[in-house]
Amino acid sequence: MAQTITQKILAQHANRARVNPGENIWIDVDILMTHDVCGPPTIDIFKREFGESAKVWDKNKLVILPDHYIFTEDPHARRNIELLRDFASLHDLPHYYDVGTSQYKGVCHIALAEEGFNRPGNVLFGTDSHTCTSGAFGLFSTGVGNTDAALIMGTGKIWVKVPDTMRFVFEGDLPPYLMAKDLILSVIGDIGFEGGTYKALEFDGKAVFDLSMEERMTLTNMAIEAGGKNGIIAPDEKTFEYVRARTDHGFEPVYGDAGATFFSERVYDVSKMEPVVAKPHRPDNLANVSEVAGTKLDRAYIGSCTGGKIEDFMAAASILEGNEVRIDTFVVPASSEVTRQLRERTMNGKTIWQVFLDAGCKMGHASCGACLGGPVDTFGRTHGTEVVISTTNRNFPGRMGSKQAAVYLASPLTVAASALNGTITDPREVLV
Amino acid sequence: MKDIIKGKAYVVGDSIDTDQIIPAIHLVYSMKLPEERQFYGRYALCGLPEGEQGLPVGNVPFTPPDQFKSEFTFVIAGTNFGCGSSREHAPFAIQEAGAEVVIAESYARIFYRNAVDGGFVIPFESSMRLVDMIQTGDELTLDTRTGILSNATSGAEYLLNPLGDVAEILKCGNVFEYARRAGLMA
Repeated sequence: MAQTITQKILAQHANRARVNPGENIWIDVDILMTHDVCGPPTIDIFKREFGESAKVWDKNKLVILPDHYIFTEDPHARRNIELLRDFASLHDLPHYYDVGTSQYKGVCHIALAEEGFNRPGNVLFGTDSHTCTSGAFGLFSTGVGNTDAALIMGTGKIWVKVPDTMRFVFEGDLPPYLMAKDLILSVIGDIGFEGGTYKALEFDGKAVFDLSMEERMTLTNMAIEAGGKNGIIAPDEKTFEYVRARTDHGFEPVYGDAGATFFSERVYDVSKMEPVVAKPHRPDNLANVSEVAGTKLDRAYIGSCTGGKIEDFMAAASILEGNEVRIDTFVVPASSEVTRQLRERTMNGKTIWQVFLDAGCKMGHASCGACLGGPVDTFGRTHGTEVVISTTNRNFPGRMGSKQAAVYLASPLTVAASALNGTITDPREVLV
Repeated sequence: MKDIIKGKAYVVGDSIDTDQIIPAIHLVYSMKLPEERQFYGRYALCGLPEGEQGLPVGNVPFTPPDQFKSEFTFVIAGTNFGCGSSREHAPFAIQEAGAEVVIAESYARIFYRNAVDGGFVIPFESSMRLVDMIQTGDELTLDTRTGILSNATSGAEYLLNPLGDVAEILKCGNVFEYARRAGLMA
């Protein structure tokens, strides 16, 4: 019987021809990723269960990317980096990207892509809920806790319940005022915050394959905001080109069978969609920008795994270039590679970095930044009743620091347009 | 897993995310060192807006300020409990505060997995909307073998959903013992 891409990848990694939705199976893991918040407790559990001197199952398959609490004086956060450094050194880990060195990358999900760890057909787990981002490359990826990560660290195996697949087909040509963020916020608003719980969310259709790899990652990144287990997009030539440019490691692409059964299917015509926001305090609290236009803002934030990629900044810069922001606007590159490109790429003779500086933006270092609040001295963190528009992926109470703050989620185009006016603004008003 | 669990209920609403269960600012503490791990008990559920802390009245902190332990044994929640981040600190914090059971209408999958695989709290599901039937402070008794939950305060009795596939892992204590029995680790 025909299977979805998610079923086929899981079946291969369980050494089986077929797996069925709802089954619990043990699978082999190709890559395990962890970071500074969940890495140290994962290592503690690994030592407790496998022994103080135990070796990790395969050091070439373990990737450690400190990214959450990096530019802070918080002593506990700094200690977590030390613990990762010691562990990486003790185990001679080849894929540890240390803070304060030229190896430092920034946000793990973006770094996994940049460093060639997102390989079609693979199974990738990470101690972060946005690990589903990697599914943009045609692989099964999902977030787990420290305990599950410790089990993988020791055995290379984990149990999973095979998910049903919800299919989202995007047809048509994407208008210049829309971005992948508008598409995924619309999906989350339509199916609800828990509409995808325990499900694979598969994105398909011409408009998806027209997207760059970075924009595809914005789609899969937010599968978790609908409760999804994984987000996935079948690989194509763009995928292969991106991966081959970054790794010599081989991979076997996997595709869903024709006639596979889906739990549900929704079809969107992107040419008819609207710029949208998620209103406070839930990612599924969907509204067209036109419905909330004029809402007064205190702050704009452009950054994170979902909204801090180079293309996100190019989009924002296309609106901010030659203009000045009216509210505090924080720019936080997802990775040091993004920072490098901001300083190299140009627009009307100026670097993108300079475009933001001249527009009056505050420039931060590559990391998760204030997307998740973090220690009190985190760049861009809210501390009061700020009303924020942000390219990040969550707007729960307190997510960006203060429980009293109100966060709107939107595309980089909408955030930049809103920063110019100090009120929520439809990007069509300012795009030339 | 204990057969009988008794204690007080703490009632919260729908879609309580992991930032409300344990705000990200507190994730820096060691989960191993006793002098630090107790802070997870202190800050458990402190991210709830004040009016939603302990329904139906609100303004009841799960763990009193400056304490490390909660007086509540059961967290009663609506739908999609534990949505958001994958932080295992969330079920850990609830356990560290002294609670043993969460009963929700539904769970976000990573929280549910973490609760089970780490053996932190038992995540029961209820088909009924218990958040409208149970009040914070009610005295509850749960028989984990039958899934029968009794409310001594109101006199009501409810049948919770079977634990299903994860019962085996819960009986083992955590996923490591389960993996050992499956022959996957020594």
